[in-house]
Amino acid sequence: MNEFHAITDSLVGNILLALCSFFISNNMKYYLPRKEKYWYILVVSLMVSFLWMLAQHAALWVLFKEGDSYFSVIHNSWGIRFGAGFLLISSMSMFSLLWYSQQEQKQVASRKTETERLSKEAELFKLRQQLQPHFLFNSLNSISALTSSDPEKARHMIQQLSDFLRGTLRKNEQQWNTLEEELNYLRLYLDIEKVRFGHRLKTEIIYNDEALALKIPALLLQPVVENAIKFGLYDTTGEVLIKLEAKKEFNYLKVMVQNPFDPETSQPLKGTGFGLSSIQRRLFLLFARHDLISTKKDEDLFITMVLIPQVPVNEKI
Amino acid sequence: MKVIIIDDEVLARGIVKEYLKSYSEADLKAECNDGFEGIKAIQEYKPDLIFLDIQMPKINGFEMLELIENPPAVIFTTAFDEFAIKAFESNAVDYLLKPFSKERFDKAIQKYFHYSSDASTNTQQVLEAAAQSPIQQNRVVVKDGNKIKIIPVSKIFYLEAADDYVKIVTENGVFLKKRTMGFFEESLSRYHFVRVHRSYIANTQLITRIDPYEKDSHLLLLSTGAKIPVSKTGYSKLKEVLGI
Repeated sequence: MNEFHAITDSLVGNILLALCSFFISNNMKYYLPRKEKYWYILVVSLMVSFLWMLAQHAALWVLFKEGDSYFSVIHNSWGIRFGAGFLLISSMSMFSLLWYSQQEQKQVASRKTETERLSKEAELFKLRQQLQPHFLFNSLNSISALTSSDPEKARHMIQQLSDFLRGTLRKNEQQWNTLEEELNYLRLYLDIEKVRFGHRLKTEIIYNDEALALKIPALLLQPVVENAIKFGLYDTTGEVLIKLEAKKEFNYLKVMVQNPFDPETSQPLKGTGFGLSSIQRRLFLLFARHDLISTKKDEDLFITMVLIPQVPVNEKI
Repeated sequence: MKVIIIDDEVLARGIVKEYLKSYSEADLKAECNDGFEGIKAIQEYKPDLIFLDIQMPKINGFEMLELIENPPAVIFTTAFDEFAIKAFESNAVDYLLKPFSKERFDKAIQKYFHYSSDASTNTQQVLEAAAQSPIQQNRVVVKDGNKIKIIPVSKIFYLEAADDYVKIVTENGVFLKKRTMGFFEESLSRYHFVRVHRSYIANTQLITRIDPYEKDSHLLLLSTGAKIPVSKTGYSKLKEVLGI
């Protein structure tokens, strides 16, 4: 008789306890206390333990006959039963709390990295796409002039401008170019500028063949050269030579762009100027480094130097 | 009608020249590559109307106009957006946004024909308005005899009123410019310059001391050794700018 009683008692007690734990854990899944976590756990565990005791009692009441001698055993063990049940239930709720908080944090973290990735991509795209409206409108004006004086040349320039614009609009697919592709794109831009400024603008591009295959973030050089042209053309009145030199140096692609300026009238540049600060930002987003672009003055020459680390493909973004 | 075109792009000048062909009364006197050539040509031909680009080598269109005693009527031709030139559109004869059509050009010429007021005063007003424009650079252009000098604002110590002129005291010497004190007060205010007195504008970055002087006035000592009187209102402006 006593074995039957003991087994029933423990079965009923443990099944109910399992249900309680399931209830607590499930509850935590949908509601995680933010503040005063530990008070919450204590109160809930106490309440559930108490309910567990009641349920257990009621169940045994139904199962056993009234006046059964086993009740005295039950009565004598209230304290220890409650203690054990409370301990189990509270550790269950504690565990659930930790588990679900951790899950939640993981989700938040992954959402955050995703948002960061998206905003970084958007910013990079925007930086890549940045186009000076001034350049566009002045080029259109040149085309307008050519339509009557030299229609053939006008058509050619429309072609060049279209190719150039198409390059700036290209999304995602090409974040990285080889130096060769980048130089071809740059020549397109320089040809347009030469139509505008005529004989005043001279350019020279120097590179060695081993540098041609090196990688460079797409459209990085055009704004550097644009800056040099603007600086050179508006700071002097004569002929302007823009020189670009690219070479491989250790594990870097090193590009130097040089333009003339007037050291007497030019203000010491505040920062690096808009054109260059956006390039600095891009290089920072790509390589997490601020030291990849630098400028220096050498008598009446202004030199911008860009270093592009040659990282293995799988480390690129 | 004597006309001059000033623009640093050959093709841009070409358009104006082409559009002008339909006006037999227009007599194109010169085409200029930059502001320096522009000044010479204007002095030589005394044109009635000039077509002027704003962004040009060395000195921009406004700076060129500032150096001319009696500026002619001006039609600006520029690729700057409307926002940037809003400040002076009411005073210039007109402004043409590149690229512009023949119809738009004709409208500007019509405006010039009906332009009754005195061109010189109007152009002066354009300059006053342009002083506020974001296009302006941090420098002042002056004439030194026949030479044109560009002075970065950081090299200016102070400015002093001198009849119709303003005396500009700089690191490289003293220059006179035919402008009002109000013009400089306006255009230099964003470079830490304050009009401390009816006749003085000081570079506040050079101030070493401010001493009380006579009853309501003060005396400003610059790091260059110059002493500048400060009026009562000038002193309160100075306090506001310096945050004291």
